[in-house]
Amino acid sequence: MKLLRNNTFLMVLVALIVIVPLALPLAEAEFSGADDQAEGVIAQVAPDYKPWFSSIWEPPSGEIESLLFALQAALGAGVLCYYIGFKRGQAKARA
Amino acid sequence: MHIMEGFLPAAHCVGWAAASAPVVAYGAWRVKKIAEEHPNAKLLLASSGAFAFVLSALKMPSVTGSCSHPTGTGLGAMLFGPSVMAVMGTIVLLFQALLLAHGGLTTLGANVFSMGIVGPFVSYGIFKAVRKSGGSLQIAVFLAAALGDFATYCTTSLQLALAFPDPVSGIAGSTVKFLGIFALTQVPLAIAEGLLTVVVMNLLSKYSEGELKSLNILSDGARA
Repeated sequence: MKLLRNNTFLMVLVALIVIVPLALPLAEAEFSGADDQAEGVIAQVAPDYKPWFSSIWEPPSGEIESLLFALQAALGAGVLCYYIGFKRGQAKARA
Repeated sequence: MHIMEGFLPAAHCVGWAAASAPVVAYGAWRVKKIAEEHPNAKLLLASSGAFAFVLSALKMPSVTGSCSHPTGTGLGAMLFGPSVMAVMGTIVLLFQALLLAHGGLTTLGANVFSMGIVGPFVSYGIFKAVRKSGGSLQIAVFLAAALGDFATYCTTSLQLALAFPDPVSGIAGSTVKFLGIFALTQVPLAIAEGLLTVVVMNLLSKYSEGELKSLNILSDGARA
């Protein structure tokens, strides 16, 4: 069970990395996206720049956007965990 | 690291697309070759793409008070070589550009260059270097994944600075500004990506020993 112990320890570390920023008393933390902040810098450095193309389709609301993000994560996790479960079963059957 | 739709001048879009296209094409050829030479590694190939799918969907808070996401491209780069991840990165970025309005079609070439090419190549190089110098598998995987992730965001900063030099301090000044957003925010997330990649590699070392051996991952020998 060395694997389980090691991986649990690593996952706890990851959880801490995510939780600590939320608990820190950050003065003006909005947790907005870094991509959006970059847009702010562009507006400041090149105030005359006009985006010359816009997205063909945008999620109509924040809900739909989070639906699609969840779908993306679910698809990835589904395939990855199917594979690991499959290999684990194979290893067990061989043992 | 997504440069938003329309946020690079047309000449830059064309330039980055031209730089990325050959690598993606070579990667597609490698995917086909790997599927032929290692048919039992096909599912693992799909899984390394899946890992990039999950990780790039997770927007996590950082100590800078803003949010960003890992890339997940280091794992596949170590397993199958970096060019394969140029293909996987393109698929992820197309999904996000078309369905999420994150990134864009005009900026696809630039985003593929940072997330699908620079990140994976840095990961691959670091993985090989650490393994050759006798570092353990875990340390090599952690450093490779974390620094590849970080390199992607530094590349984005540089790409934006080249397109939007500061009127006073020029490209250098503007690089510092973009790095201040992307690189700082990314430090804890890159560490998280490194740790998560080690978690998956630990599982693979136990249950997919056969595939990893046939891909020369468990030995420290170099592979082109």
